[in-house]
Amino acid sequence: MRGGGELIEIRFHARGGQGAVTAARLLAQAAFMEGKHSTAIPFFGAERRGAPVVSFCRVSDEPIKISSAVCEPDFVVVFDARLINADVIKGLKKDGTVIINSQVKVNGFISVDASGIARSLGLVRDNIPMVNTAMLGALARFEIVSLKSVKSAIKETFDERNAIAAEQVYREIIL
Amino acid sequence: MKLIATGNEAVAYAVLDASPDFIAAYPITPQTTIVEALAKFKESGKLKATYIPVESEHSALSACIGAGSMGKRTFTATSSQGLLYMAEMLHWASNARLPIVMANVNRALAPGWNLWADLSDSLSQRDAGWLQLYVSTVQEAYDTILMAYRISEDPNVLLPVMVNLEGFVLSHSAQPLETLEGCYLEPLDLPHRLDTGTPHTLGNVASPNDYFKLRRDAENAARKSAKVTRKAEKELFELTGRAYRPVMEYRCDDADVIIAAMGVFAREAEAACDILRDKGVKVGVARVRQFRPFPEFDFDGRLIVIDRDYSYGCGGILAQEIRARTGKPVYSVIAGLGGQDMTYKDFVKIVIESREEGERWWGID
Repeated sequence: MRGGGELIEIRFHARGGQGAVTAARLLAQAAFMEGKHSTAIPFFGAERRGAPVVSFCRVSDEPIKISSAVCEPDFVVVFDARLINADVIKGLKKDGTVIINSQVKVNGFISVDASGIARSLGLVRDNIPMVNTAMLGALARFEIVSLKSVKSAIKETFDERNAIAAEQVYREIIL
Repeated sequence: MKLIATGNEAVAYAVLDASPDFIAAYPITPQTTIVEALAKFKESGKLKATYIPVESEHSALSACIGAGSMGKRTFTATSSQGLLYMAEMLHWASNARLPIVMANVNRALAPGWNLWADLSDSLSQRDAGWLQLYVSTVQEAYDTILMAYRISEDPNVLLPVMVNLEGFVLSHSAQPLETLEGCYLEPLDLPHRLDTGTPHTLGNVASPNDYFKLRRDAENAARKSAKVTRKAEKELFELTGRAYRPVMEYRCDDADVIIAAMGVFAREAEAACDILRDKGVKVGVARVRQFRPFPEFDFDGRLIVIDRDYSYGCGGILAQEIRARTGKPVYSVIAGLGGQDMTYKDFVKIVIESREEGERWWGID
């Protein structure tokens, strides 16, 4: 079904300019490095900086046939806690996981202070912490891909600090 | 080289590997990242082609016609309004028998202003004399651009080829890609190229009698292209192990119901097909990859045709073609216009709610 094998569907929620499209692509890249099949799908609307945006990633052991939007995610990754509303958790699978970038703990969600980590490493643009690479560390923690692959994928495009950010988020999450 | 790439990046890699002499292009969303990638290849010295960023799509194709008339291998890319702006020169390119390859990133036509996937742009140009191919994956976009050169430049064809991929959902989605790295194409040898050594003209006045014969020659070439395309598919299969056919069949052999579609919807329909098969419904998917010339289309099951396009007052364009080809009733579904998303669940529902014949605008009717 849906291309066969175990299919993991991830939906990113962010604001325009936070790099959600890049995050989906880096995750697809990391999965690809492990010999898995993966696709990254941007949802392009009338984007402008700061407006809510989504992007999608699918990872599977089998070729992936579907290219429609992810409506029933296994993982939802939220780059800005202020984006949390009904749309964010819409369609989340029963045993699905929501990972949010937040300094304060939010009940029922996995919270990580990716902004704090990004700031401490100087990953800031226009005074906004760039958390897209850091948040990939959280997905590695849930073994969608290994931390090693995430770091390699990140380092193909970004500097070492981004890989460190991913590792710090990975270590911050205690399961 | 194995990598993760978008549909547009795959097109750019294929053009690089086809080693063209000349590229002219004008940016338009969602095609722009193709010409940006080619410009980067040019800047880095990887791409040897002369690259002219022109002031319009009409000029882009005109410049390719100029270089093509000199026997040069050319490439251009466009989308939507840009393709329509080229319309005059589309006919010129095919009637001058120039083997130009173009990528068209399918996008809806205005108004309302819409940047998303819709096949109405290229299908509105179906009678322009170009061979039209439609792809459904990033890998297929790469492979098909290379095959397009092979088909287009064959001495039995010498017609331009348009390779179509849907905007954003394919052009900007990243998937695994394997490239060949290097050109397997033979050098282009255009028999009627302009040559100062043996002066002759191209596009001079033609009397009705001559004009009529020229059109017959082009028609014969378009018909012969089907055989050349089979040869190009075989060659690519031997090089890569990847098999393409004019109609890609998925679980069609014993199917009672055939879903016919083009582009990404056909792949999504395959996922629906698997679900329905598990429930005992014998469904198959026939993905039409080659639209011009329209291929053999012969299936036993009843037909559901998905169109991401429309001809006002006349119906879905693929449905019309299939009706004309098979003489069979068709259940025509109009879906996904202007980039409307369609999931595999929609395709399951389409099959369950389908009838023998009729038309339905999915999500509206």
